[in-house]
Amino acid sequence: MSTLSVRVWRGAEQGAFQTFDVPRHASQTVLDVVTHIQRHLDASLAYRFACRVGMCGSCAMTVNGVARWTCRTHVDAVAKDGAIELAPLGNLPLIRDLVADMSLFFDKWARARGQFHGTRSRHDEFASITPDSPARREVDAGIECIGCGVCYASCDLVSWNPDYLGPAALNRAWTLVRDARDVAGAERLRAVGGDAGCHACHTQMGCTEHCPKRLSPTAGIAGLKRALARAVLDGSL
Amino acid sequence: MSVRSESTLWLLQRASAAVLAVCVLVHLGTIIVAIQGGLSAVEILDRTRGNVVGLLFYTTFVIAAAVHAPIGLRATLGEWLGWRGASRDVVLALFALGLATLGLRAVMGVFG
Repeated sequence: MSTLSVRVWRGAEQGAFQTFDVPRHASQTVLDVVTHIQRHLDASLAYRFACRVGMCGSCAMTVNGVARWTCRTHVDAVAKDGAIELAPLGNLPLIRDLVADMSLFFDKWARARGQFHGTRSRHDEFASITPDSPARREVDAGIECIGCGVCYASCDLVSWNPDYLGPAALNRAWTLVRDARDVAGAERLRAVGGDAGCHACHTQMGCTEHCPKRLSPTAGIAGLKRALARAVLDGSL
Repeated sequence: MSVRSESTLWLLQRASAAVLAVCVLVHLGTIIVAIQGGLSAVEILDRTRGNVVGLLFYTTFVIAAAVHAPIGLRATLGEWLGWRGASRDVVLALFALGLATLGLRAVMGVFG
């Protein structure tokens, strides 16, 4: 049986790569490889996963230098000369081994006013939203984000400016700005503008390039810039 | 700096970029056409001095550049050197003033 040479980051910020030899199997995913190491070679390896089918996003790691969902990445697609290298997601504090601390990532969703604010209660009629209206189409284009952090780890701006809200939080804000039912628009725009917000984005599109859901946070961020510009011109900011 | 001011700067940078895109093309085209006959500096100045259209065009060009460059430099200084805050903005405002002064002085020298 052939084997795969796997370099795995061990330790916290201070640490080193440790190499394991893992048996190859047909249709083997990178998450299968990590699970094999943890269950058969070194039970102390820390990593994170839940659904194993690309729904939760918790297994995102850096595979050969690129942020990916390990459950949806086949070894055949990424192995080079029978070897792969695994590290935790970048741009995030490290807890241990392959587990990054996602707290800051989700705190930024809150800073970007990522919460929905409506005015209707359960006693009111449903809001009538035309599915093919331009605003709803823009919401639909970004609403499938599951918060895996791949875009955040792939963003150069985050590495240059740690305060930058990042693609996922800004994408979430954009879907709410375009949601006809939401009433916190002006407050949200004030939260997402500026040096640590959408204006910091250089449209390098690292987020869009690597998003496993094929979303385009870049488009949402551009939309936020336009919305802020309109708000400046009409005096509502 | 407030979000309103940051948004205004973004608008100014995009608007000045649009102006610069046109100005650069016209400027390069003019250079290429002007040197076809091997014009000397004196011959060029003979044609440009007193040219009101040229004066207005290059005045617009200089102002757009003086607006655009410092805003871009502002982001670069923040990202590369971590220099943010009021001191950066004051220095860049002076930089913008310097660009405009030197540029307009050159425009007056050629077209005035």
